[in-house]
Amino acid sequence: MSREEMRELQGKRLHKLVDLVYHNTPFYRNKLQEMDITPDDIQTIDDIVKLPFTTKQDLRDNYPYGLQAASLQEIVRVHASSGTTGNPTVVGYTRRDLEIWKEATARCLAAYGVSRDDVFSVGYGYGLFTGGLGLHYGVEHLGATVIPTSTGNTEKHLHLLRDLKVTGLACTPSYALYLAEAMDKYGLTKEDLHLKIGAFGAEPWTENMRKEIEDKLGLQAYNIYGLSEISGPGVSYECSCKCGSHICEDHFYPEIIDPETGRVLPYGETGELVFTTLTKTGMPLLRYRTKDLTSLIADPCACGRTNVRMTRIIGRSDDMLIIRGINVFPSQVESVILEMKEFEPQYMLIVDRQGNLDTLEVQVELRKELYSDEMGTLLGLKKKLADRLKSVLSISANVKLMEPNSIPRSEGKSKHVIDYRKLK
Amino acid sequence: MTIKQISVFLENKSGRINDVTKALAKAGINMHAFSMAETTDFGILRLIVSDVERAIVVLREANFSVVQTDVICISCPNVAGSLSVILEHLADKNIFIEYMYAFAQGDQANVVIRPTDLQRCLEVLQENKCNVLTNRTL
Repeated sequence: MSREEMRELQGKRLHKLVDLVYHNTPFYRNKLQEMDITPDDIQTIDDIVKLPFTTKQDLRDNYPYGLQAASLQEIVRVHASSGTTGNPTVVGYTRRDLEIWKEATARCLAAYGVSRDDVFSVGYGYGLFTGGLGLHYGVEHLGATVIPTSTGNTEKHLHLLRDLKVTGLACTPSYALYLAEAMDKYGLTKEDLHLKIGAFGAEPWTENMRKEIEDKLGLQAYNIYGLSEISGPGVSYECSCKCGSHICEDHFYPEIIDPETGRVLPYGETGELVFTTLTKTGMPLLRYRTKDLTSLIADPCACGRTNVRMTRIIGRSDDMLIIRGINVFPSQVESVILEMKEFEPQYMLIVDRQGNLDTLEVQVELRKELYSDEMGTLLGLKKKLADRLKSVLSISANVKLMEPNSIPRSEGKSKHVIDYRKLK
Repeated sequence: MTIKQISVFLENKSGRINDVTKALAKAGINMHAFSMAETTDFGILRLIVSDVERAIVVLREANFSVVQTDVICISCPNVAGSLSVILEHLADKNIFIEYMYAFAQGDQANVVIRPTDLQRCLEVLQENKCNVLTNRTL
């Protein structure tokens, strides 16, 4: 499909979407009337800039069903995202929404090279979180075999991978690393497994992490991106080129905005990713602000696909730390640590304030094969990491060397920051 | 002529040395000597043990970061000035010592030395007829 054909399709769908929410979602009807906009004002995809943004706070304020455009009779499933602060975010899906979602997820899997011959283990949590069921139905829809392993039992997971000759694995990248670490413990090597393809997402990760996962598990690791507000995993996916994630933009229209001003930024510039759900009917959203920071590429991909790609998420505009006035992303620290072979791929940032000065402590674990038993060498290693962090972050960090396995591991989204400043 | 020493990385928190000794005790491994080097936030515990290979496996299983190093162990009379004589020989030949520790019992004292140049240090000690111990004579 050419870019022009895509834009025409998006324009038609956007008009229908605005018509739908104007007549079925009081929240949007009120907003649009306040702005003096009717569905007739929205005819092409370029008209999207006239529409209001939607934020996570809007979803919370209208908890639980305030943003649904369909009646509960038409809603066949509900997912919810973890509410760490305030109400959880509740999303209802019509039968049609679920069809589109599984189609989108199957597209991702096809792009990774998954076929009906593959056996896929889904190691995302099954439940309110969209990761488990999202991948589950995508794998089934494609016709491959799905094993709903879920999270929680690493030993059993490893044995299933081996015994059922599993070729595909879907989980968070940090859990993939955790599985690789656990293989040692249970006396397994990557040669005992049959893994070929990995679909990893639900948290930002880096190119170094990809290399480490591919090396340790013996598979090709691909990004899968999604969020429950928009549907779930399957909003975008990498192809064999691994050069950005293709967005299913016939269903999910992407924009990049300046998070401060809301102004739309051109292709190539980094800002906050915003999605409009062009075809959803359960809880359609106009210009939903994801808080994910990335940029878009519109050039055709070497794989032949013409849909827009998003680059790697460099952080979230809300997990961005401001330390001594400098913006710090945990992913920056991660990339430095993964480059240094002396350390395990685990880390924790401890942010605190002493007097009026912010402090940053970076905890890293030494590998079980101790690098050296000379004090000077270990102190040198510590300094080397501190120097690299300083050059990448532009602020100095106090490095703390830790024993192996002393930083808590998690099976879901890993927690990499403890910020004591908020408590004071 | 060298003997095998193991070194364990320890965070500065109470009970960690005890965790090492407990793990070794459980595996029936005896400690002949040890020394502790420390900075403000971590330390290195260096040990001479009865079963080096097994000690490394046991400690790594218990999530310790461990490395094996070669060191030289010499025996000298437990009288004033005897260590000074040996160190004089090493200083004469510009042998640099990274670290050392010692333990005395009865009329003998044993000294563990980690020089920068292991081979050269051994040569100097042997030229001067020092009593260098092996794993067997230890």
